[in-house]
Amino acid sequence: MNILSLFVLIPVLMLLGLWIARNLNQVRGVMVAGSSMLLVLSIWLCYYFVTERNAGNDAEMLLVASTPWFKPLNIAYSVGVDGISVVMLLLSSIIVFTGTFASWQLKPLTKEYFLWFTLLSTGVFGFFICTDMFTMFMFYEVALIPMYLLIGVWGSGRKEYSAMKLTLMLMGGSALLILGILGIYYFSGHTTMNVNEIAAMHNIDPDIQNAFFPFIFIGFGVLGALFPFHTWSPDGHASAPTAVSMLHAGVLMKLGGYGCFRIAMYLLPDAAQDLSWIFLILTTISVVYGALSACVQTDLKYINAYSSVSHCGLVLFALLMMSQTAVTGAILQMLSHGLMTALFFALIGMIYGRTHTRDIRELAGLMKIMPFLAVGYVIAGLANLGLPGFSGFIAEMTIFVGSFGAQPLAGDPDTSFRMVATIIACMSIVVTAVYILRVVGKILYGEVENKHYLELTDATWDERVAVICLIFCVAGLGVCPFLFSDMISPAAGSILRSIGVM
Amino acid sequence: MLALVLVFFADFALHKSERKPFVLGVLTGALLLCQLVPCFMAGSATAFGGMYVTSPIVNVMKTILTFGTFIVVVMAQKWMANNAKLSGEFYMLVLSTLLGMYMMMSAGHFLLFFLGLEMASVPMACLVAFDRYKKKSAEAAAKYILTATFSSGVMLYGISFLYGAVGTLYFDDMAATIQLTPLTVMGLVFFFSGLGFKISLVPFHFWTADTYEGAPTPITGYLSVVSKGAATLTLAIILMHVFGRLVEYWEPLLWIVIMLTITIGNLFAIRQSELKRFMAFSSISQAGYIMLAVVGNSAQSLTALTFYVLVYVAANMAVFSVISVVEENNGGRTDMAAYNGLYTTNPKLALLMTLALFSLAGIPPFAGMFSKFFVFMAAVSGHESAPFWPYFVVFIALINTVVSLYYYLLIVKAMYITKEENPLPTFKNGSAINWSLAICTVGILLFGICSCIYEWIDKAAMAL
Repeated sequence: MNILSLFVLIPVLMLLGLWIARNLNQVRGVMVAGSSMLLVLSIWLCYYFVTERNAGNDAEMLLVASTPWFKPLNIAYSVGVDGISVVMLLLSSIIVFTGTFASWQLKPLTKEYFLWFTLLSTGVFGFFICTDMFTMFMFYEVALIPMYLLIGVWGSGRKEYSAMKLTLMLMGGSALLILGILGIYYFSGHTTMNVNEIAAMHNIDPDIQNAFFPFIFIGFGVLGALFPFHTWSPDGHASAPTAVSMLHAGVLMKLGGYGCFRIAMYLLPDAAQDLSWIFLILTTISVVYGALSACVQTDLKYINAYSSVSHCGLVLFALLMMSQTAVTGAILQMLSHGLMTALFFALIGMIYGRTHTRDIRELAGLMKIMPFLAVGYVIAGLANLGLPGFSGFIAEMTIFVGSFGAQPLAGDPDTSFRMVATIIACMSIVVTAVYILRVVGKILYGEVENKHYLELTDATWDERVAVICLIFCVAGLGVCPFLFSDMISPAAGSILRSIGVM
Repeated sequence: MLALVLVFFADFALHKSERKPFVLGVLTGALLLCQLVPCFMAGSATAFGGMYVTSPIVNVMKTILTFGTFIVVVMAQKWMANNAKLSGEFYMLVLSTLLGMYMMMSAGHFLLFFLGLEMASVPMACLVAFDRYKKKSAEAAAKYILTATFSSGVMLYGISFLYGAVGTLYFDDMAATIQLTPLTVMGLVFFFSGLGFKISLVPFHFWTADTYEGAPTPITGYLSVVSKGAATLTLAIILMHVFGRLVEYWEPLLWIVIMLTITIGNLFAIRQSELKRFMAFSSISQAGYIMLAVVGNSAQSLTALTFYVLVYVAANMAVFSVISVVEENNGGRTDMAAYNGLYTTNPKLALLMTLALFSLAGIPPFAGMFSKFFVFMAAVSGHESAPFWPYFVVFIALINTVVSLYYYLLIVKAMYITKEENPLPTFKNGSAINWSLAICTVGILLFGICSCIYEWIDKAAMAL
């Protein structure tokens, strides 16, 4: 059995383990054991991947395996990873691991919570390892529905409204996806559902491509916070419990970007080049609008949610630029933002658990009361606004350099449109600094206004584990990005060559 | 086929001498299980001079329907224990309708088809009226039999047009010689209307809500699943085989009817608060999805249709089992408010209901997602030259999937999220219902992932 299938098998075993667990300690034990195994597995996979590449293995995808599933419909369970998938798997396992610790003290119905959480992560891992359109779609949907219950039962605020809105909008996106997948399958001769084989065939009529590209791109874009389909995101993230927000903003929104690249642009290359300008306008709006909206929010989680809209918009923006540097930057941004936003949501959850308010008008002077959490928040904030030394700077710089210098497209030799878009997106850096520093200054520094807060405690050991792990990853990515960009860049290059822009 | 006739008479004999409902139930169940064996093994054959034809795909559907009936029989045990005096009639009526459906599906001639249809409809009306002390049950039956009779009349009128136009009522002969004339088109439309009633397509669906609400819950389950499955396969085979030459005419008709069916079924379901009416409108919309498979007009269509019916049997029967359990344990309430906070007192029941609802909505990894996806695939296959309309119909169906998720989630919300001071107390169920729930749940979980089942159906369809 292929090693990659372990990424799906381990969560399934975790589900069984959780089902038969009798008390809280067993539940926690199963979760820690499972998520640690997944983390170790993904680190091993990175190491294996780098070693193989250094040994000269230049195959597009490694660890490829395929078993036919529904033969009459050419559906197979095929797996394979390239540099991009490996990085995404690493991100997912880190977030699942830290998410477990961030939900350490969640009550009531802890067992059910972890059951749905593990089901969510099964979908995520399955999506990244599969290379067959139907199977990818199946795992994508598996990752959708647990959100409804996780937010609806364990959330806060307007949870029922947010849960229903999120679920229906994401299902709407996946409905559009089905249409696109059917179109690709039938118009490429209905011989295979495998992503790599369809890309190699390159036989879909350009007009048909133009017809189906919006469906798939918007379908995945709903999840990737494409303006104007992002409206589920602020309410959804704000109402969700901590670890669910971490997993959702950190990983699930990256499924959107990954899908846009791997399915929409890879399989419909001519449409990607023809129609990229429409979506570039939308993503540029996402980036700037998200940042500006975050400036006027008063709820910590809403600030972070709009910040996620802005950063995930940047991912799609860079993917649409279709140059190797920009795409590498996009994947680095996926990794970096995933870690950063998980860190943010974890910290906000911990602060909320103590002060029972997320309103920044009521919080002040937390640095004196809970120094560990406050310092963590400052680090997260600095990473978010792109301070060199942290991952945010690396990703954003790569994106902007790659986008500004993007090669002209086949049908459109004029690059000024994309340069202008890049400049507009760059302005979001300033706006990001505004909202981050505003929040940090307001809630952490200054005099302690609410005397009740003086009795609050700092982080417990489980919270420290989660926060330290994420800070380490963010800083590590900032200091040694070459470890990852060496994996990502060739993969991005080969896909762009297949699209025909390199 | 012959085995079922034997069952019919054996049951009749037993009814005279024994009155224990439990024994009758076991006997019927056992005979149904025996019935599955010939269904599995039979090949193609004809009887009655070509009027009765069996083929692999029809046998597969018969297996599925027998399986569905078996689950209904198991589910009805507790309810039967309260109606001991009439238990013999109940099983005889159920078996009669099943025999009628067998004849309808295996027809090679319009008259045998009509005979089967009537034999399936009339005892069904008696079954709907089975709750003798409830006015709603009688009202439901009255509405059902009146609309059934009227639509049968219309269908017979259409069949007479076809006879007049073609000169023969044998399916094979008609398929070879049918021409496109106004007379045959009218015949087709009238025939379609008659069968559309049975499947509850729009605009022939008005009887569905009241009948489902008034009938006893096991019968509602039986109606919603088994009769729909039989009628849809028959319609698919007749449209694709007999009217094969008139494809350009019935395809647009089907597109419009399907779009209306799915949309109206969904829109009306949103406002329902009584669970059986809710399931009625959900069934109307599911019928639209089943017929969507026929739009593709290929062997893949029959496979997708049959597979969808199989998954639909499992999911719908699970939902009706839960409705039946909740209804028995709280004095006959079937409104949605009865489900508030169900998770706190009956977690396993709530979980099984959730799995079944997710399968109906088309969420993986449950079988419902696979069946919906394959129906969509069948609908757009083979249309590469003129792709707009099939893709548009699939698009409408997909939008409606999102709407349907909304109303299925309303029940999930009631069970898990809505706080309730007096939820239903924890209750233990009779073992029979537990068995039916268990079988259905295994079906929901496994039918999709185990591809062998789809491939078995596909082999049967390809042989046609």
